[in-house]
Amino acid sequence: MAFIPHTERDVAEMLAAIGVSSIEQLFEEIPANLRTRALAGVPTALNEMEIGRLMSARAKADGRPLCFIGAGAYEHHIPSAVWAITSRGEFYSAYTPYQAEASQGTLQLLYEYQSMIASLTGMQVSNASLYDGASAVAEACLMAVRANRKSKSQRILVPTTVHPHYRKVAAATAGNQGLRFDEVPYSPAEGRTLVESLAKFDGQDITALVIQQPNFFGVLEDVDALTLWARARNILVIAVVNPTSLALLKPPGEWGANGVDIAVGDGQPLGVPLSSGGPYFGFMTTRMEHVRQLPGRIVGRTLDLNGKPGFTLTLQAREQHIRRAKATSNICTNQGLLVTAGTIYMSIMGPQGLERVAAASHARTRELVTALSRVKGVRTAFTAPCFHEAVLLLDRPVAPVLKSLEGQGVLGGFNLAEHYPELGPALLVCATETKTAEDIETYARALTEAMKAARAA
Amino acid sequence: MSNVPADLKYTRTHEWVRDLKDGTVEIGITDHAQHSLGDLVFVEVPEAGREVGAGEPCAVVESVKAASDVYAPVAGVVTAGNSQLATTPELINQDAFGAGWMMRVRPTNGAMLAELMSSSEYEALLKAEGA
Amino acid sequence: MTTTEKVIFEYSHRGRGATDQWPQAVPEATDLPMALRRRSAPMLPEVSEIEAVRHFTRLSQLNFSIDTNFYPLGSCTMKYNPKACNQYAMLPEFLARHPLAPESHGQGFLACMYELQEMLKEVTGMQGVSLTPMAGAHGEFAGVAMIRAYHRARGDLARNEIIVPEAAHGTNPATATMCGCVVREIAVDGEGDVDLEALKAAVGPKTAGIMLTNPSTLGVFERRIEEVARIVHAAGGLLYYDGANLNAILGKVRPGDMGFDVIHMNLHKTFSTPHGGGGPGAGAVGVSTRLAPFLPIPIVGKDGERYRWLSEAELPQSIGRLSAFMGNAGVLLRAYIYMRLLGREGMAQVGEFATLNANYMLARLQKAGFDAAYPRRRASHEFIITLKRQARELNVTAMDFAKRLLDHGFHAPTTYFPLLVPECLLIEPTETESKDVLDAFIDALVHIQREAEEEPEHVRAAPHTMPVRRLDDVRAAKQLDLTWKPKPLGSTDPSLAELPA
Repeated sequence: MAFIPHTERDVAEMLAAIGVSSIEQLFEEIPANLRTRALAGVPTALNEMEIGRLMSARAKADGRPLCFIGAGAYEHHIPSAVWAITSRGEFYSAYTPYQAEASQGTLQLLYEYQSMIASLTGMQVSNASLYDGASAVAEACLMAVRANRKSKSQRILVPTTVHPHYRKVAAATAGNQGLRFDEVPYSPAEGRTLVESLAKFDGQDITALVIQQPNFFGVLEDVDALTLWARARNILVIAVVNPTSLALLKPPGEWGANGVDIAVGDGQPLGVPLSSGGPYFGFMTTRMEHVRQLPGRIVGRTLDLNGKPGFTLTLQAREQHIRRAKATSNICTNQGLLVTAGTIYMSIMGPQGLERVAAASHARTRELVTALSRVKGVRTAFTAPCFHEAVLLLDRPVAPVLKSLEGQGVLGGFNLAEHYPELGPALLVCATETKTAEDIETYARALTEAMKAARAA
Repeated sequence: MSNVPADLKYTRTHEWVRDLKDGTVEIGITDHAQHSLGDLVFVEVPEAGREVGAGEPCAVVESVKAASDVYAPVAGVVTAGNSQLATTPELINQDAFGAGWMMRVRPTNGAMLAELMSSSEYEALLKAEGA
Repeated sequence: MTTTEKVIFEYSHRGRGATDQWPQAVPEATDLPMALRRRSAPMLPEVSEIEAVRHFTRLSQLNFSIDTNFYPLGSCTMKYNPKACNQYAMLPEFLARHPLAPESHGQGFLACMYELQEMLKEVTGMQGVSLTPMAGAHGEFAGVAMIRAYHRARGDLARNEIIVPEAAHGTNPATATMCGCVVREIAVDGEGDVDLEALKAAVGPKTAGIMLTNPSTLGVFERRIEEVARIVHAAGGLLYYDGANLNAILGKVRPGDMGFDVIHMNLHKTFSTPHGGGGPGAGAVGVSTRLAPFLPIPIVGKDGERYRWLSEAELPQSIGRLSAFMGNAGVLLRAYIYMRLLGREGMAQVGEFATLNANYMLARLQKAGFDAAYPRRRASHEFIITLKRQARELNVTAMDFAKRLLDHGFHAPTTYFPLLVPECLLIEPTETESKDVLDAFIDALVHIQREAEEEPEHVRAAPHTMPVRRLDDVRAAKQLDLTWKPKPLGSTDPSLAELPA
């Protein structure tokens, strides 16, 4: 089924109006030798009933194990209203709001989103979103290079406590434009970046410093000290933050003496399901003085011919469709549908609801860590406080333990062996408000079994 | 048909230059340029003390439909930027050759002025571009 | 039906909230240092659940959408988004799956991804596919980055020029610049084809490649594409295909067969994933064998009956990771479902009926007196009408026509793109629209033309029946109002305090 409504009569009338005798004739400009024969590699069509059965079977095969993985994507309860409204055809099948008069719904929603996310991050202005948190970091680095007039080096300092995938994306995206990324090591005891580690860069021309809070290990960085260090040296500060945590933690707009320059992160925790990694949305907020360097779309409020307030895309002169080769970025989209969900989520949860989610997630993770540390061969890795993730050190390789947990219906966490081999066997675990005391107990029992089995092997 | 004062010099990229006879020159964008951009919403000019090379982008003008770089017609040091443009960018639309001046520069080599286009040469350029 | 809706913060009442959705309170966290704690609450709405639901439902009613209106936006392919795609992509198990979940708990999902890779290869005639780029522009970036990586791997470091026809979409030159390349624009001839002489002059030892779309942004098929491919390949460059117009040729011609080395596909266009008010998209890339080693990761592979992610070690020359996880998985699931619903039979029909609809509209509009930009050419899946005569004679522009169409319940076609054609309307009906809808749209244009002749002021002041009249763009860019701020009592100061008291 190709959702084509034409009857034979329609086709005949249309061909007559065009003045051809067959649809094939409409393709006569295409050289005959380029025409495709039947697409043998594509299966024959299924109807809705058949695709429904196939997808249900595949979903069932994947199941819904108890999941304690964080590492940049977090399971939170999503009120039913969020996707009931987001799935409405008027939001779901609307296009980019280029014709503002026909898109006031989307535009006003984006304005409300910009307002909420700017306040959540403590900054003054926001764009209408980017693809995801990782690409937002890459765009922030490019923006910092444009905005930092006093620096020519295009060098960005990136602590290794920043999400390893985010660091890779920044390199893959911005490396082609001459940016250089310098790593900053973390303290193995505390699991965070010490200001002392920055000393070796003193006196050098550095464009920006990236700080992730909470960091990839879930540990809280000393954001004030790091921000003050950078600002004193005319280094722009890029904050990478978890939006749920901002209900409890000091937002980047208040770090150091007067805040950071650019704040980014992934909005997935705000009403967007895990969905194997996407679609999510990246947020980017900044100080008013940098507003013209913001990539992506921005919505502004203005007046119409009758003096009535209305919303429209603005500051478009920076974007690709006007500046072409000199654009601030090639980005053409924002994650409209996900921002819709995020805005509805933030509106339903409100400041108190979001704070409860943050506090409960923090509490559950503490309970989880306590329960798991009681298991023989398991201990916490770092001394510094954490938000809603923590690193556990095991006395044996993590992979077989995780496999055993899987067999018991528990996804135990993210194995750090690939990205942080220096830690030895290490596991990043996460519990949000979705986990109950029973769930934690289930994990603890399963882990005890898994460790026993591993010891016996 | 746009205004092209006879006493100024011009560039192919639609900047004008006025010799202030005190070792500095005044620079802006032409009436033709402001007209094609439309209502200006934002202008950025360089700070005093900045060194610029000939042909180097040194300022930005932005309207709703376009943002353009402004190129330094001569090499030199910026002595002043028109700070009024920060709050009133439309001065360029209203009076491109007067109150809409963008910057003043002390050229490193005064002789470079002679290499710029005369008003009749600039008018010919506009005609060729179909303005 | 609302025509106006307050900003949600104006409904807030201190202490109000959807309290039933809040988790239970927990004791104060003593381990979080005071210096790192938030001191004042963020400005989020304090409303009940029903207030939030009403507000956002009313907002949705202020929008045009495919579900409610005909949306002939050229180059956007606004076809019907089948509800089945949404329903089955949102099965709870798919939604709940963590990106880092093990392959043993993902064989169902990975099967869909693998099969999607294979189907995309088949319809484009390419040998390798990566699903990770998250939008068309992102796919473009991957494509150009792969071209660069390919030349560098051969030690050919001089090749940094990307040729772009002047009619190209703005993302093309922007992408080239983002990849550290230099853009060379070449002319298009009077019939809308690439100027071969200009091309021959532009290629050389610095040519990394050319970015093209076929049919082009002018709505016509690049007839000498094989010659273009020969010229560029002979000079050592590669051919990049911008898949924005794939809907015109789906099932009829394959970019791989035309000589393209790398293509990006806009799954949110040709494969009907939702536009969502501006995203999410998905810009899968396909490559010929010689570029396959450079594909961005991750990619799904198959060992016997088992699906797995190919490891970074297996793809050492990859241009790298472009997204935190694997791209827009949920969008990819929808594209998969759509392609399975179409099947090979449906694919062939897409190009046919998209082209039939476009040519029918072109024929009727020309008969009604409108000027086609390329009157001697067949339309592909889209075509251009130029209103420069109306602009000159009646002082009524393409933008005015576009705004008046809104009053007739039609979203306007794409305006002012491509830049080459003055006062243009780029019209793409897609294959899912019936003849009645096309006729109604044409009748509306005819009506507006008459109005432009008899009452031009009425057209120039359009739209008249939308929630707002035309908006002051200049004011929007000059007096930036990008976030809502509460007004203190009695204040007229536009720059206000940020958080409510």
